[in-house]
Amino acid sequence: MSDPTRDSLTRDDVAHLASLARIDLSEAELDHLAGELAVILESVATVSSAPIEDVEPMSHPMPLVNVTRPDEVRPSLSPDQALAMAPDAEEQRFSVPRILAED
Amino acid sequence: MSTSTQRTTDAVLDYDDVVAAYDPVMGLEVHVELHTNTKMFCGCPTAFGAEPNTQVCPVCLGLPGALPVVNAVAVESAIRIGLALNCEIASWCRFARKNYFYPDMPKNFQTSQYDEPIAFNGWLDVEVPAESGEGTEVFRVEIERAHMEEDTGKSTHVGGATGRIHGATHSLVDYNRAGIPLIEIVTKPILGAGERAPEVARAYVAGLRDLLKALDVSDVRMEQGSMRCDVNLSLMPKGADRFGTRSETKNVNSLRSVERAVRYEMCRHGAVLQGGGSIVQETRHWHEDTGVTTSGREKSDADDYRYFPEPDLVPVAPPREWVEQLRTTLPEPPAERRKRLQSDWGFSDLEMRDVVNAGLVELIQETVVAGASPAAARKWWSGEIARRANAEGQDVPTYAAVLGVTPRHVVELESLVTSGRLNDSMARQVWEGVLAGEGTPTEVSDARGLELVQDSGALEAAVDEVIAANPDIADKIRDGKVQAVGALIGQVMKTMKGQADASAVRELIIAKLT
Repeated sequence: MSDPTRDSLTRDDVAHLASLARIDLSEAELDHLAGELAVILESVATVSSAPIEDVEPMSHPMPLVNVTRPDEVRPSLSPDQALAMAPDAEEQRFSVPRILAED
Repeated sequence: MSTSTQRTTDAVLDYDDVVAAYDPVMGLEVHVELHTNTKMFCGCPTAFGAEPNTQVCPVCLGLPGALPVVNAVAVESAIRIGLALNCEIASWCRFARKNYFYPDMPKNFQTSQYDEPIAFNGWLDVEVPAESGEGTEVFRVEIERAHMEEDTGKSTHVGGATGRIHGATHSLVDYNRAGIPLIEIVTKPILGAGERAPEVARAYVAGLRDLLKALDVSDVRMEQGSMRCDVNLSLMPKGADRFGTRSETKNVNSLRSVERAVRYEMCRHGAVLQGGGSIVQETRHWHEDTGVTTSGREKSDADDYRYFPEPDLVPVAPPREWVEQLRTTLPEPPAERRKRLQSDWGFSDLEMRDVVNAGLVELIQETVVAGASPAAARKWWSGEIARRANAEGQDVPTYAAVLGVTPRHVVELESLVTSGRLNDSMARQVWEGVLAGEGTPTEVSDARGLELVQDSGALEAAVDEVIAANPDIADKIRDGKVQAVGALIGQVMKTMKGQADASAVRELIIAKLT
């Protein structure tokens, strides 16, 4: 995880994040994005100068807690509906490409 | 990441040598599926063994725009588990996204809790063999945390050897399990177990299982995966205070395997350290058939899960009054309850252990409440029906429920014996009839014509007849060889078709011949 107090992002940081997010970036795209993301971070860093000593951190815009639903079954999709969105299906299951690389 | 399919056999050090030189440190992570009606964040049902992808919806399939809502009963169960484990309950906590790419999680993240678990800082006392070698003693396992999360889907690997992921051409995923509420319970490092570490690990998982069962929050069926254990283990030289590098053995799914996996990893670590090597921090897979672990993957960049607070869910802030109200719903701790029942029932340690291992405690309790003696309850529930249940691969309570055999049947059977209508061997026949679905014990006795002959005239005639037919044996008894009486009793019982009281027959024969 990158250090939120740091206001610049290195090319290596971007390459690492891209690999974690399974985004294939070319060398040229890495150069370009590293610069562009650094600018965005610098802009956002402006908020760190806001006077927030008396403000509680929040993770949700609404001041709500304990929103729950009763433990009651609701209709599921049919397997046909669920699998209609799958690129490929077999035996009523989602078919996905090989998980491990070939030996 | 290693992609080798070859299984190499690791060197192992003799167990006695391991515990002579090293202290084991364990960390146990147990995942338990709650048996709520619906999933953690959506209203899909949670039935085990349903047809693939019949219990899925936009939320648990991670479709764009679908929003999760927390299951109220899952939160309640999590709090009750935390309280039963003597934990503190968070006054405010959040869910977090654990980001990773794997087809079993269609959202590409698992909704879990990160640095704000709902329960933390607890303990569970477990019973282990005493260090002295005699009896048992209590070992306290400290609990680090218990947090809420969701289960993943189930993959089937196609095209490789015997369903293994290695060499597979593709995989098929069923998302019925994805989103089922899970509670992950993590211990603090368990120190000081020494050579009893495997037993401590097993006793902890067994104790946790019993507790969760008593709380009625989960099926806790390890063989069905509703309770799963990961074993973290490291060794440090005796007297050291810095932990060694640990390995994490995943999915150890029976009590016996927990014990075996700890022992195996201790011996494997011992061999590496003794040979001057160092342990690789890695995930290992447990192999039930061969009793060894093999290398999974090394901890790497892929373990950077980039946790962040789940923006689609609001915090959970259980009011203190609710927590205290839930505390009043906690069952008597299983270990204490067992001690109380053993004393009430007058069972020996061995008898109680057998009853507990066979899962008969509840059934015996219900039968005693219904009016049977504890001895009769134990005798009938652990005899023929247990043999049959075992042959069917079921536990006795499940099997009895399927057959429709209830505690009332046992009460009735016992009263037929105590009232003198049946002797023990007849009662066994009646019980077999009950198990065969022929009706209540009284109905079976009537239908099969089983009743002790109370008519002393008929009994005396049968005895006279057998004595007359066996003059040699009768002479022996007259000469004082009383042990020969058994042969005559057998013949009288045969004449009476088993419907006589054997001790009355014995008395009658001896009275006539001496």
